[in-house]
Amino acid sequence: MTTFVFLIVYVGLVSFLVASLVRAVMYARQPLHLRWELYPVPHEPSERVAHGGSYFEESKWWEKPRTVNRLTELKFMLSEMLFLKALWEFNRGLWFRSFPFHAGLYLLIASVKLLILSALLAIFWPAAMAGAFGAVLGALVAVCGALGAFLAMIGAFALLLKRLRDPDLKNYTAPGDIFNLLFFLAAFGVLAAGYLLRGPDYPGTVAMAVALFTFDTSVRIPILLAAGLILMSLLITYIPLTHMAHYVGKYFTYHSIRWDDLPANEANEIQQKIAQYLAYRPHWSAPHIRADGQKTWAEIATTNPHAGGQSK
Amino acid sequence: MSDEKTKRQKKNFVKLSDMAREDGQPLLHLENEDLMRLPPPLDDPAKDRPWRPIPDSAREKYECILDDTVAVNVPKPKTKEEERELVKKFLAGLDKLFLKEDNWTFLQPLVLSMEYCVKCQTCSEACHIYEASGYSELYRPTYRSEIMRRLYFKYVKHGGFLAAFEHGDIKLNWALVARLIELSYRCNLCRRCAQTCPIGVDNGLIAHELRKLFSQEMGIAAKEIHDNGSMLQLKVGSSTGMNAEVVKDNIEFIDEEISEKTGIEVHTPWDVQGADVLLIHNAGEILAWPENPGAFALILQQAGISWTMSSELAGYDSVNYGLWYDDAQFARVALKHAEAARKLKVKRIVLGECGHAHKALSVIADRILLGEDNIPRESAMTLLHEIVMSGKLKLDPSRNDFPVTLHDPCNLVRLMGVVNPQREILHKICPQFREMHPHGVDNYCCGGGSGFAIMSGNNFEDWRFHVSGRKKLEQILNAFSDCVDDPNVNKYVCAPCSNCKGQFRDIIAYYGLWEKYRIGYGGLVELIVNAMEDVKPGFIDWEWH
Repeated sequence: MTTFVFLIVYVGLVSFLVASLVRAVMYARQPLHLRWELYPVPHEPSERVAHGGSYFEESKWWEKPRTVNRLTELKFMLSEMLFLKALWEFNRGLWFRSFPFHAGLYLLIASVKLLILSALLAIFWPAAMAGAFGAVLGALVAVCGALGAFLAMIGAFALLLKRLRDPDLKNYTAPGDIFNLLFFLAAFGVLAAGYLLRGPDYPGTVAMAVALFTFDTSVRIPILLAAGLILMSLLITYIPLTHMAHYVGKYFTYHSIRWDDLPANEANEIQQKIAQYLAYRPHWSAPHIRADGQKTWAEIATTNPHAGGQSK
Repeated sequence: MSDEKTKRQKKNFVKLSDMAREDGQPLLHLENEDLMRLPPPLDDPAKDRPWRPIPDSAREKYECILDDTVAVNVPKPKTKEEERELVKKFLAGLDKLFLKEDNWTFLQPLVLSMEYCVKCQTCSEACHIYEASGYSELYRPTYRSEIMRRLYFKYVKHGGFLAAFEHGDIKLNWALVARLIELSYRCNLCRRCAQTCPIGVDNGLIAHELRKLFSQEMGIAAKEIHDNGSMLQLKVGSSTGMNAEVVKDNIEFIDEEISEKTGIEVHTPWDVQGADVLLIHNAGEILAWPENPGAFALILQQAGISWTMSSELAGYDSVNYGLWYDDAQFARVALKHAEAARKLKVKRIVLGECGHAHKALSVIADRILLGEDNIPRESAMTLLHEIVMSGKLKLDPSRNDFPVTLHDPCNLVRLMGVVNPQREILHKICPQFREMHPHGVDNYCCGGGSGFAIMSGNNFEDWRFHVSGRKKLEQILNAFSDCVDDPNVNKYVCAPCSNCKGQFRDIIAYYGLWEKYRIGYGGLVELIVNAMEDVKPGFIDWEWH
């Protein structure tokens, strides 16, 4: 059974990374769109960010050096990612449910990363794990994991209740939305139960991680914990296949759309890309477009629909 | 959630599946009692203006099955076969929205908005239309988006059972398409909802893309913005119908009027090669608010700016209605604007007081105007700010000693970030300036955005004033709450945007706000000229508005 569990865990981790990457690459390879920014744009100088202003507030803005403050952008993004700032500002009731859920996930991720570190140290530098440092690391893994699972479950349950009871949400709730939250609850619940009921034969969390790294299938995994690991692996396989992969999408909605205010004149790359897109041949059917499958976008844009007769 | 809100929501609740209902009946009927309460003195719903019904002539010919009004006039198909063909066309257009060859312009934002909504409804509270309608489900910003999203997963991604499970199922028929056409014209495209979305999903964009599908594939768009808008502009040069000769005549007349009124000889220069500034107005100003281009001419002349207007096709009309519904029309007009500037070899284009023209030419068209067509574009707000702050004009703020508030046009402010120059001017020249709340990038749309200000067919005006313009009306009444009842105090809503002014003109007339409460409106340049010491006092013509 250990072999089976390990394989599922490997597949889960790899498919999570690959599917998330595929999503990111897919969006990154889509054509550069027309500008569609939304203010405030946090990389403007701080005196402008305060009121949501842009470089367009200066007369002859193109003759002046443009300041792009990546630090304020990072600060904005971090407060959004870590503390769900927009939800706090605009939907406080939901924040009290969503924040514990997301904070729980972050703590679980932290726990997994610390566990990986512990396992690598145990394999390559066993002395480091033998002393106090190892004990602290082990405690951190346990605390982050336990707190993370607790918060994520509380949050998922609160979100589930809200989705089932709030008339604002009901009309838009698909079966999949309920399933997703139940899936989280089941995976975290079984994993937590498996850990709490691990019994005296449990080899230890770090030893399990080491076994995973070294594919040592001789370790015995308690049955409930194995079920928890399998559910978690299925969950992380599933997440990037759904809209829950907004950790990928959000990068693009913010950086590539809301905050993309780069003037075309300042980037040759933009000009080159647009020149390429203008050679596309659209197929829109309305008569005034004058697209015949042969005309390029550039030709259509320079066609007056009145030339050669009325289009409508 | 308040009991009042819950009660209203229940009364006007509409399921997503109702969009496909084939009973030929509207999904929503609003009474004045249902609407968001206005502050005094308009706080009694019983005294609010009654809604006119959709005329029978329109009901006979057009699909009127969404709500109490009709904006697009979609002819009723005569046969089931015709309905099927239209649905087929709709699906073909839906596919094209997600192909890079057909829609590279907005593909990435659209796909992201399709795929990542978590349906948390954070955006709903930000929407003035949803709130003003008394939280009618049909106008919730995600209602339209959710229909589109389900269609996307079912018909574009061919998700089958799994898509129905994950995203919800949807039934597609002509009734749904007909309602969706109308529903795409119940959004001001102000993108206030997008500003609040934690994920970055954009319901305004989805409405925009739906309008594109209907226009670019099915040839369906509101007559006012297509036939009488971008098509007319590309034919004669202006959506007002003015050709170059007529516009020059009108400007000459305006110059004479302004010279007489101000005591300063004003002359608008035309087609000056190599001028520093090509000024492009929304040509609607020339016909509806001639004092605005006149005031611009006076200010630029007195400040010693080298400027010109252009008589090229579309070179004297900055409107670009394609921004709201059609990429091809948008690009065509933007290129005409650039061509006018290129031919004159001007150093920069300055956009007059028109919000959508600002965003269209400065922001959205930036990635269409390549090479020599990418002539620098600047807002009139910054040029005016520079002039006012430079001291080139002698200004006496006491001439503007009446309550003034500022409306922030969405396209200029939230969507372009020009927030402070106009405020700083008002702080300098209007001693009783007061802000609306909220303001700046958090502003509310005037209710006329995305073309509504010029759309008045059938009974659309009633919807425009009762619903889309209601939140702004509330803001205006609140901004003047200290003096709204005082008939001796003239109040000025400063709206540096033609479309917004159109909405204010109409809503002020609709509710009799000038006659009863002395609430007027106008642009920014009028206030500047009104404060100029060299000008005869009393430039602002209150009664005329």
